[in-house]
Amino acid sequence: MTAMITLADVKKAFNQGRHNEFWALKGIDLAIRANAVTVFRGPSGSGKTTLLTMVGALARPTSGRVRLEGRDISSMPERFLTEIRRSTFGFVFQNFNLIKGISVIENVMIPAYPLGRPHGRLKARALELLDQLEMADKAEARAEWLSGGEAQRAAIARAMINDPRVLIADEPTANLDSERSAQFLAIVERLKRDGRTLLMTSHDPMVAEAPVVDHVVGMRDGRVVETR
Amino acid sequence: MTGWASRQRHLLDFALSSLNRRRAKNLGLLAVYTLVVFVLASVMLFSHAIRGEARLVLDGAPEMVIQKLVAGRHDLIPAGHLEAVRAIRGVRSAEGRLWGYLFDPTAAANYTLMVPREREVAPGTAVIGSGVAEARDAAIGDTLSFRAHDGELVQFTVAGTLDSDSALVSADLFLVSETDFRRLFGIPEGRFTDIAASVRNPREVRTVAEKVDAALPGTRIILRDEILRTYDSVFDWREGMLLVLLAGAVLSFAILAWDKASGLSAEERREIGVLKAVGWETSDVIRLKSMEGMVISLAAFMAGYLLAYLHVFHLGAPLFEPVLKGWSVLYPDFRLTPFVDELQVATLFFFTVFPYTVATVVPIWRAATVDPDMVMR
Ligand SMILES: Nc1ncnc2c1ncn2[C@@H]1O[C@H](COP(=O)(O)OP(=O)(O)OP(=O)(O)O)[C@@H](O)[C@H]1O
Ligand SMILES: [Mg+2]
Repeated sequence: MTAMITLADVKKAFNQGRHNEFWALKGIDLAIRANAVTVFRGPSGSGKTTLLTMVGALARPTSGRVRLEGRDISSMPERFLTEIRRSTFGFVFQNFNLIKGISVIENVMIPAYPLGRPHGRLKARALELLDQLEMADKAEARAEWLSGGEAQRAAIARAMINDPRVLIADEPTANLDSERSAQFLAIVERLKRDGRTLLMTSHDPMVAEAPVVDHVVGMRDGRVVETR
Repeated sequence: MTGWASRQRHLLDFALSSLNRRRAKNLGLLAVYTLVVFVLASVMLFSHAIRGEARLVLDGAPEMVIQKLVAGRHDLIPAGHLEAVRAIRGVRSAEGRLWGYLFDPTAAANYTLMVPREREVAPGTAVIGSGVAEARDAAIGDTLSFRAHDGELVQFTVAGTLDSDSALVSADLFLVSETDFRRLFGIPEGRFTDIAASVRNPREVRTVAEKVDAALPGTRIILRDEILRTYDSVFDWREGMLLVLLAGAVLSFAILAWDKASGLSAEERREIGVLKAVGWETSDVIRLKSMEGMVISLAAFMAGYLLAYLHVFHLGAPLFEPVLKGWSVLYPDFRLTPFVDELQVATLFFFTVFPYTVATVVPIWRAATVDPDMVMR
């Protein structure tokens, strides 16, 4: 099976050239398969989140290459990265980052606004997604009223609105109890069955050991220390 | 709907619900903004209208007025001067005028008494302006009496009221017949207040004036052009004073707008980061924020302009009366002719909507260029 995303000697420095220069990634080589679930694990500060930002076209590496289906995206200008992000990736952020003060359904529709899809169809699609995640009754609720598990499902619906092939989730179970974590893994399984690629970071052994996970990438100090 | 249109629709929806989140703050801003537009638009509409009014008045004024001076003071002019003026080449016509002021102790007001040239007023009657009618609570058929120069009582029956294009000057007018005028002030036949003359060729008005001056020593010649210029400069000056006051208001408004805009909270920054991370381009973010700004500034502009229009043309600009007019004791009950001048609207729009939008967008633009990966932190 061919890799969907490949990383070649990817390095990332923060504050480069200054006294507090810090290399968060120190040369990563990696191939991420399509239609599979890959989990990044490792101690805090090992560079998991940083790696996801490189893969998800949120940031560019300091050096090295990131290829998405053969296309080098590591040196593309911001405009193209935005386009790739919008069409290929859906993000579930660690603290969900829902926009407060507006309704759940508005939050879900936000990534689709720049595409200019007709309002009626977009809203129907957002409701359908919320319904699949058992969130239909919360569609008009304000984002800040949601519980942790609800906020996560709202965030997943938002990530899925543009029908991305890759879903990226940073510490998706960090704020959830084990029952909610299991619910999340069930959602992951369904998305995988739909043919999507999933990338997550997690400290949680329950996630890394879950049957749905195809690959585990262990990290330490900005390097890959195990793959399976 | 095309993609473009539904995109604008989405952005507008989102902008509105964003504004709704900080409702109190945005309503406050809207109120201040509306007030600034209101005051600016009122000054503009009012001064423009009143200037038009003054021109209207002076259009009916004679091109040239000849007064007799005695010891530097305005005196009655003998009818003999009329022939002398008519004899000067370039003069088309010359007429003696009778006018003056009369203090009415009952109303504690000054009226302008005139013998009209265009209309015939029967002896014993008077045609009065709206201000006079109001001051004396007089209607057609009522009798008004005054003391003449020799202490005797002179009575007038109100034969009509003045319904003029311009209330500004007609308000305190009191039109009487020549006989009554002479009787009231004791002015003998063969004397006039001054002489009004018109010339054949308006471009020669100065040359003709010089000839009159040479032919009739001891007179003063007043040209309409000069009065027009004086009026203009008087209005300019008053308007200027108002504008200085306004500049202060506008400045503080600008500071407010800038403060609101540049004080992007951490919350707002994070939101912009989220939008960028989920696939919004910098230009989409800026479009959203300028739409938010535009909703406020357009609403304020329209509300402010509308209120100003009502204030000036329907309520008679009560807020400005003491500042911009007031050469007469009887305040004319103003009904300025409504008008909307496109250039003026455009100017006002440019000076209110544009700076606010810029003040809102510039800091957003800086924030929108932050890297989207910050939301992963
Ligand atoms: N913008 C930044 N400026 C400076 N240092 C940074 C920046 N972002 C990340 N780092 C540093 O890079 C290192 C890797 O951070 P990263 O967030 O990728 O770790 P992580 O593996 O996701 O940790 P955790 O499990 O705690 O989320 C950390 O030491 C962090 O302090
Ligand atoms: Mg992390």
